[in-house]
Amino acid sequence: MKRLAGYLKDYRLESLLGPLFKLIEAGFELLVPLVVAAIIDQGIGGGDGGYIARMGALMVGLGAAGLACSLTAQYFAARAAVGAATAMRWDLFRRIQQLGYPELDKLGSSTMITRMTSDIQQVQSGINLTLRLFLRSPFIVFGAMAMAFTVDTQAAWVFVGAIPLLALVVFGIMAVTMPRYRQVQGALDRLTGKTRENLAGARVVRAFAREEAEVADFDGRNQALTAMQKGVGHISALMNPVTYLLINLALMLLIWTGAWRVEGGFITQGAVVALVNYMSQILVELIKLANLIVTMTRSMACWGRVQDMLDTPVSMAERRESLGEADRQGPAVAFQDVSITYPGAGAPALTGVSFTAAPGQTVGIIGGTGAGKSTLVDLIPRFYQATQGRVLVQGRPVEDWAQAELRGLVGLVPQKAVLFAGTVRENMRWGKPDATDQEIIQALQRAQAWEFVKDKPGVLDFKVEQRGRNLSGGQRQRLTIARALVRKPPILILDDSASALDFATDARLRTAIREMPGQPTVFIVSQRASAIQYADLILVLDDGKVVGQGTHQQLMDSCQVYQEIYYSQFPKEAV
Amino acid sequence: MGQMKTLKRVLRYIRHYLGLVSLSIALAALTVVLTLYVPVLTGQAIDGIVQAGRVDFHQVAAALWRIGLAVVLTGLGQWLMNVINNRITYDTVRDIRAEAFRKLQKLPLSYLDQRGGGQVVSRLITDVDQFADGLLMGFTQLFTGVLTIIGTLLFMLWVNVRITLVVVLITPVSLLVASFIAKRTYDMFREQSQIRGEQTALVDEIISGQKVVKAFSQENMVSEKFDQVNQRLAKCSVKAIFFSSITNPATRFVNGLVYAGVGIVGAFTALSGGISVGMLSCFLSYANQYTKPFNEISGVATELQNALACAARIFELLDEPEQAPDGSQALEQARGQVDIQDVCFSYRPEQKLIEHFSLTAKPGMRVAIVGPTGCGKTTMINLLMRFYEVDGGAILVDGTDIRALTRRGLRRSYGMVLQETWLMEGTVAQNVAFGRPEATMEEIQAACRAAHCHSFIMRLPQGYQTVIGDDLGGLSQGQKQLLCIARVMLSLPPMLILDEATSSIDTRTELKIQEAFAHMMQGRTSFIVAHRLSTIRSADVIVVMRDGRIVETGAHRQLLDKGGFYAQLYNSQFAH
Repeated sequence: MKRLAGYLKDYRLESLLGPLFKLIEAGFELLVPLVVAAIIDQGIGGGDGGYIARMGALMVGLGAAGLACSLTAQYFAARAAVGAATAMRWDLFRRIQQLGYPELDKLGSSTMITRMTSDIQQVQSGINLTLRLFLRSPFIVFGAMAMAFTVDTQAAWVFVGAIPLLALVVFGIMAVTMPRYRQVQGALDRLTGKTRENLAGARVVRAFAREEAEVADFDGRNQALTAMQKGVGHISALMNPVTYLLINLALMLLIWTGAWRVEGGFITQGAVVALVNYMSQILVELIKLANLIVTMTRSMACWGRVQDMLDTPVSMAERRESLGEADRQGPAVAFQDVSITYPGAGAPALTGVSFTAAPGQTVGIIGGTGAGKSTLVDLIPRFYQATQGRVLVQGRPVEDWAQAELRGLVGLVPQKAVLFAGTVRENMRWGKPDATDQEIIQALQRAQAWEFVKDKPGVLDFKVEQRGRNLSGGQRQRLTIARALVRKPPILILDDSASALDFATDARLRTAIREMPGQPTVFIVSQRASAIQYADLILVLDDGKVVGQGTHQQLMDSCQVYQEIYYSQFPKEAV
Repeated sequence: MGQMKTLKRVLRYIRHYLGLVSLSIALAALTVVLTLYVPVLTGQAIDGIVQAGRVDFHQVAAALWRIGLAVVLTGLGQWLMNVINNRITYDTVRDIRAEAFRKLQKLPLSYLDQRGGGQVVSRLITDVDQFADGLLMGFTQLFTGVLTIIGTLLFMLWVNVRITLVVVLITPVSLLVASFIAKRTYDMFREQSQIRGEQTALVDEIISGQKVVKAFSQENMVSEKFDQVNQRLAKCSVKAIFFSSITNPATRFVNGLVYAGVGIVGAFTALSGGISVGMLSCFLSYANQYTKPFNEISGVATELQNALACAARIFELLDEPEQAPDGSQALEQARGQVDIQDVCFSYRPEQKLIEHFSLTAKPGMRVAIVGPTGCGKTTMINLLMRFYEVDGGAILVDGTDIRALTRRGLRRSYGMVLQETWLMEGTVAQNVAFGRPEATMEEIQAACRAAHCHSFIMRLPQGYQTVIGDDLGGLSQGQKQLLCIARVMLSLPPMLILDEATSSIDTRTELKIQEAFAHMMQGRTSFIVAHRLSTIRSADVIVVMRDGRIVETGAHRQLLDKGGFYAQLYNSQFAH
């Protein structure tokens, strides 16, 4: 709440002037019934045509002034709301950029995207409507009542009775239906989920000839949804009739009281008309207010979620200043008794890992799914912080490296081939912002990507669509490899990044990397024994522990897990 | 023309509810008339209150009684009408959805493959919703709106012609203003939604790839990109929001003009004795509500258009040609003889794929389908399971053309394990028993043991009763794959189609699965999209595919000796 006000602070003037002008407009609106009453009593009653004309002109004038005020208010409200939302979006985006891998894992990208887009959108329209209407509606409701008191104290008591009753009905029905509408939304989500699931599994459903069971399941959910919709629909169906009834009962009472008051000579006929008009103004505003409160609650909920994300603490401090050149001759990467447990996980993902990789060496990492292979390589650029032990890059603990500097040393090819909308050249420059075309082509050649890039229209100017939709899985993968090679990194990490490549391409790729000038230290994560078999050092992981390390030959002699993996891919008789 | 057709079809759906619809219309008419009558009664009551000592209590009371009666009737009528409309709307939606979902089960897979799930889901959910809201609500609003306008006009004419003219003359101004603003804002809204779309796409892309952004230290570069779009959005949003919010105050101003006009002309008329003060107040309240339906109707028109467009999209789905009719012969206890005779097939006519392909798989034979990534190996599965129809030739199971068999019988004779694992939302046990819901717990556990997933299932929070699903986390890709295998293990049909996992299962686990597969394949005709050498070598026939076509067929040795594409592929694995 405090923070929300902070965003409006930059638009203090707008946030104050918006509601203020709205109030002035409402004030003009409240004057109209009095003018009408005057027309009736003095104009018609007194037979004064000139007075009627003057009062008529006043009414038009009030309308015009109201319009001017209202437009001013809308303008200020729009500026404040959009301004605040824009700033919020920027802050949130920057916040996400600062988050580390652990936070990104926890939040999940779809949640972050929703916060950035629809949630902030809701907050924006919430602010806008609140600035415009939140003061106006109560002002008119209570203003009408106050005006009624100025007209006639006794008749005005009808207002005092009617307003709470009306409010009770309007807000009561809202309060009862709102949670039910949420349930309806839930039921609709379940129906959507069923449909999506059925479509995603169309092949399996048909293969098992389960169409009828699927239809029955769908029908059940569909019927449940319909029943809920009708249930809540019947309750909201009460809103209009009941409020209509109440307001008219109040009118009847008002007229009857008015009749007695006129008879007694306390008020005039025009005053009765004015009172009737005030009564009609109330209902509309109460309903508007109720709807506004629904919108506000929803935006506040959205804001709460946005704020939570803005407040997400970053678990790893990032170092900015550099310590200068490290020892480039010593071990490129060294792990000393490293363990890591992911936040919230019951068991460690890695336990007591130690190894040393000399510059230019190739390290193969092999093991089953969930053995901790990706975790191990993610520790090198310090995407995660080891909970125990030390990770050293060029002899220096990763915590002591300036973040950008450390990551600049590493060329990473992630498991999932992620590309961004833009030309091939732009995508390649992610690896090295000032890369020349020649450097790019060289990297593409090494990554075995040049063979298809050169045939694309525009070659390096070929437009990669969002997420690389217009490329095949294998092509995307090779481009991500090229992107990492462009910067000719001293450390290259291939995280199971050749899975979409056939054996032949994969083999050519490995040869090309080995022949790269500058001899990078290469980490290859793979499930294929053939991909790591020729590595200088092979780490065999099982359940987060290193169960064997050495060369292929050493492991074949000593490591049972490695043998099992190897023979599962190269049955004995073939070797 | 198209719209008329759609409309006619929509009416056919509503026909089931003809009685209710007529009742709803009758109630709408009743409430409109009564609502319009109340201001007249109020006016009469006010006329009874002339001035001190001259109040006609008898007249006032009579008018008030009538108001009371009219109001109670209106309330009841409105409530009943709302309830009826709810019923018509929600039941129609339910019917259409049920029909559409049934349709989905009968559409050829080619349709679903081409469209993708998202689009179909949005038709079934969003379009149906919008259709119901827009059309049925639109109709009632349109009906009551028109009725209110006509009714008000008649009432006003009945009371006083001159003042009515004032109202009639000023009202169009309100409509003009509204449509003028709407047109102006439309362009701004389009610009806004375009920029917003751009921003969403950017956010979506960057945040989905956030880890890569971090890995390449590109945080500032992407922030700059985002800032640009964000600023552009802010600029056009202020304009769009401001101009769209002009509509309300502007129409309110015009309404104010109508009100003032009625007040002035009415007062002068009253001055000359043309109407009473009560009737003037009646006019004033008409002036207040008269313009409202106009604004509503102009909104309804677009809503109706939109609803019809949604309906058209739903009908388009419902009208899609269904898969070829089912055969009549039920296949039970197939022996497993599969004859592929001179089969031709392609997804697109201009791109030939499989041409004149023949292959005989005797009962118990193993057929391996191999080839580089993306060579169209799944096409064979599509044809064998009759997910797609052959263009020429025939596929025979036990000597019968599969087109003469029931799909149910054919498909239940195959056990299928695909690389993309699909599990439904439900317990582990339910998922394993997907093909045989009547299976006992013992049978399910036996199947899971055979597929090497019993032990990890036992480690799940609720064991076999743990709820899993496609989107729900908790299971690794490999574990999901194992469950899919268990699913087939449970029903053990006479023929198998296996799409070997490439990377989702580690090789040691897979070794165990291979054992299970081998056990399962005993005596069963099997088609395997193979990646592992061991599978390939032990196959009786190898079908080698490249670029979507079958280039070679034969046994392992045979193909090696031939020195063709297969030999090249095979040797590349041992290049180093």
